[in-house]
Amino acid sequence: MKTLSDLRAMKEKAKREMTAREENAKYRIVVAMGTCGIAAGARNVMSAILDEINKRDIADAIVTQTGCLGYCDQEPLVQVFQPDKKTVTYGKITPEIARRIVAEHIVGNKILTEQVFMQN
Amino acid sequence: MRELSLHILDIATNSIEADATHVIIVVEELQSENLLRIRIRDNGKGMTKEMQKKVLDPFVTTRKTRSVGMGLSLFRQAALQCNGDFKLTSKPGKGTTVLAEFRLDSLNRAPLGDINATIINLVMGTPDVHFIYIHRTDFGKFCFDSYWIYGRMAERNISFYKAGELAKEFVEQKLELIKSIGK
Repeated sequence: MKTLSDLRAMKEKAKREMTAREENAKYRIVVAMGTCGIAAGARNVMSAILDEINKRDIADAIVTQTGCLGYCDQEPLVQVFQPDKKTVTYGKITPEIARRIVAEHIVGNKILTEQVFMQN
Repeated sequence: MRELSLHILDIATNSIEADATHVIIVVEELQSENLLRIRIRDNGKGMTKEMQKKVLDPFVTTRKTRSVGMGLSLFRQAALQCNGDFKLTSKPGKGTTVLAEFRLDSLNRAPLGDINATIINLVMGTPDVHFIYIHRTDFGKFCFDSYWIYGRMAERNISFYKAGELAKEFVEQKLELIKSIGK
């Protein structure tokens, strides 16, 4: 039977691991989840990315969500941040293209140029 | 939105942007009362009485990237179109609660949809926020606390994302249980 302090310790240990993952992450994948993004299908895009990360056992990427980025007509938007590299913003992403982003950009290190909306 | 669970995702994202550290989402599907009730409560920065009056206007928003904020007005419209009700209450420094009610048999009612995907996305995308999701039907009730994920991470020595996958299966099973009378 776990005590409250056992549970707290478990939570602290998990938080430390997650902070470590976040700090050492080679890739930060951000899905825009404003009203416009959600209406355009961003939820299923994010679900597909989470699924693909698990399928491929990717340990050096984190996936987060953000609000509206202001480019509502390009939604759903997915951004890939890498240290020392230009941020790639992909536009009009579907769950299928999102899986390709994980397979080709994250794993294969090849940007999907035809889906890029912005690079800075 | 095509699904009411997408509105839930939208409003909960508002809570996150209001710096909430705890968000409670309650979904009650009660055929016995012909009622679908959705409540989203957060402990974010809240809003003043003046802001509460203005915030349902789609041309009022706190975001800087655009001058429209449609989430609340869309959700409210969805509820009113189903002969339902919509209430927003808030206290600065304490938090905000959004309550939407829909008549189950209304022809204008969008389906609840994939509430599991909404919850899992919220939990996985914002690990710093504590989510509690409660789902009640005429046949049962269950509660999913996002801290469950830390428990699985510690027990099985797996990553946050792998634990998220387990959470998805867990919520799916629980939803199945309370949706049916029992076979």
